[in-house]
Amino acid sequence: MQPILSIQDLTVTFGSKQGPRLLPAVTGVSLDLRRGEILGLVGESGSGKSVTLRSIPGLTRQYGTLAGKVMWEGRDLVAMSDASLRPILGKDIAMIFQEPMTALNPLLTVGVQITESLKAHTTLDARARLRRAVEVLDLVGIPGAAGRLNDYPHQFSGGMRQRVMIAIALASTPKLLLADEPTTALDVTIQAQILDLIAQLARDFDMGVILVTHDLGVVAQSCDRVAVMYAGRIVEEGTVRTVLGDPRHPYTNGLMWSVPQDVPPRTQLFSIPGTPPSLWNMPPGCAFAPRCARAEARCTAEVPSLSALEAGHLAACHCPLGGAQ
Amino acid sequence: MMLTGRFKHALRKPGFAIGLTIVVASIIVALFPFAFAGYDPTAMDYSAINKPPSLAHPFGTDTLGRDVLSRVIWAYRVNIPMAFLATVFALVIGVVVGALVGFHRGIADAIFGRVVDAVITFPFLVLVIAVVAVLGPGLVNMYIAITLVGWVYYARLTRAEVIGQMGNDYASAGRVMGYSNGRIIFRHLLPNAISPVIVYWMTDMALAILLGSSLGYLGLGAQPPQSAWGVLIAEGRNFVTTAWWLSLMPGIAIVLTGLGFSLIGDGLADILRPKG
Repeated sequence: MQPILSIQDLTVTFGSKQGPRLLPAVTGVSLDLRRGEILGLVGESGSGKSVTLRSIPGLTRQYGTLAGKVMWEGRDLVAMSDASLRPILGKDIAMIFQEPMTALNPLLTVGVQITESLKAHTTLDARARLRRAVEVLDLVGIPGAAGRLNDYPHQFSGGMRQRVMIAIALASTPKLLLADEPTTALDVTIQAQILDLIAQLARDFDMGVILVTHDLGVVAQSCDRVAVMYAGRIVEEGTVRTVLGDPRHPYTNGLMWSVPQDVPPRTQLFSIPGTPPSLWNMPPGCAFAPRCARAEARCTAEVPSLSALEAGHLAACHCPLGGAQ
Repeated sequence: MMLTGRFKHALRKPGFAIGLTIVVASIIVALFPFAFAGYDPTAMDYSAINKPPSLAHPFGTDTLGRDVLSRVIWAYRVNIPMAFLATVFALVIGVVVGALVGFHRGIADAIFGRVVDAVITFPFLVLVIAVVAVLGPGLVNMYIAITLVGWVYYARLTRAEVIGQMGNDYASAGRVMGYSNGRIIFRHLLPNAISPVIVYWMTDMALAILLGSSLGYLGLGAQPPQSAWGVLIAEGRNFVTTAWWLSLMPGIAIVLTGLGFSLIGDGLADILRPKG
C-alpha cells in the first residue's frame, strides 16, 4: 500500500550557519506511514523524536534548518512556504501536544476553539460548525458535549482537556495525526483511555498516527509499528511485535531491560551504563558504541547504516543481536 | 463570565473602589466643569486679589482675583483627557510593534532592541523636552513627544509577554492548525499577554498627569490662558510664601487624580492576574 507520509533522509540542524557549530538534532531519518497505521517513535530525552515530529508540519523551521524531504500526497512539505502549508495544516494534518494545560488557549471557550479551526478549513456555516463541534466532543467522549461548548479550558480536568485537544484536531477529519507525548502529563488510568481513544479513531477514520513517547508500554499497547531513536538517528524499526519481541539493536535491548518487570523489592534496577552523547560532541562511529557491550573496533570508526535484517525489521548496527532464539 | 466575578470581588477591596471613585468623579468633573465651578474661571475681581481660602472662595483667589477652585475644576477638562491622550497612542503603537517583533524575532527584533537601548538610556523627561523643544510648545506637540518616547516602554513589555506566551503549546498548536501569523498574534497570543500592559497603562496615566503638569509648569505643554494644573502651579510659584493656596490646591488635584489611576492599576493587577 502506498504510504500517505514519507519522510526521506530528514536532517534538522540547530544553530546559525555563521555560528561556531551546527548541532545535528536529527540526522538522516527516513520513515513511511500508511493510512490507519499507528507508528510509535520512541527514545529517551534528547533523542530527536519530538524534533522529528515537529519538523513534519514545519514547527522547527523558526529555530533550525531542515534538509531532506517530507513527502505528503506527492508534495514536499519541507520545500513549501508557510503560506502554502497553511491549507494542509489543521485540515489534513493535525497535532496534539504533551501538556493539555498549555496547548489550549485559556481565554477562549472550547466551542470557539473547535469552530475556529472549522472556520479556517471548511465551508460549513456557523450553525453547521456548532453542530460539528458537539459531534466531535461527543466522539472523544466528553459527557454532555452540547452543554460544554461555552466552558473554558480551566473548567476541564487534565484528561478531559486532552480529549478536547483531540476533538479540535479531529474537527476537520485529518488524514494524519501527530501526537507529541499525548499521555505523558496524564495519570495512568487516563493514559490508557486516551490511547484507546486514539487507536479507535485511527481505526474508524483510517487515519495515520505518529505517536512520540518515551514509554515502551504505550508503544506495546497502541502502536502497529515502532521506530527507536538514539542521538538523532533511527537505530531500529519494525513492527511492534518484532522490535519489542526480538530486539536486534543493543540499545533497544537495553531499553527493554530497563523496564522493571517482576523484580523483587530492594534489588538494583537495570540501566544502560553511561549517558547519551552530547550533540556538541558526537562520537565518530556509532553513537551508541561508547555505551555498548558488543562494540568492536569498527563501531567506533564507522556509522552503521539502517538496513533490513529480515523483511520489515531494520536495525543500524554492525553487530546486531542474533535473531529469534 | 469569570472576569466580572473578579471585578465584583475587587470592588470590595478599598483601594480599587477608592481609585475607581476618584477617577469616575474626575471624569464627571472633566465632562461638566460648569456644573461644579461657582465662578467663571477667567472672571477677574479686583476687589478680591490673593484672598486666602474662605467660604465664598474655598480655594482662595489668585493675583487677578480669579476663583482658584473654579480654575482647578476647569483644568480637569485639560488634564483628564491629557492622561488619556498622552498614553493611548503609545499604548496602541507599542503593543502592535512589541507583539510583532516578539513573534517574528530576527533582524527586526535586533533593531528594536537597539532602539529600546537608545531610548531608555536617557531620562524620559529629558527626551520628551528635547522633542517638544524641536516641535515647539503646545498640547498637541506634547502628546506627539510623549508618544514618540513612551511607545518603547509598552513595546518592550508586550514583546516580553508575547515571547513568554509563545512558550505555551497553544501557539504551536495555532501554527499546526494552519492559522495565519496575524491570527495567532492578535487573537491568541495578545489577549493572553495584554494584562500587565493594561496595568502599566493605568500607572502610566498617573505619570502622564504628572508629566503633563511638569511640562505645563515649564511652559512646554498647555499654554497660559488654558487652565491646566501645571500652569496654575507655575502661576503661583512667585507667591508660595504669601499665597500658598495658588500652588497647593492644583497640586492636591494632581496628587488625587494620580492616586486614583494608581489604585485602579493595582486593583486591575489583582483582577487580571492569572490564577491557578
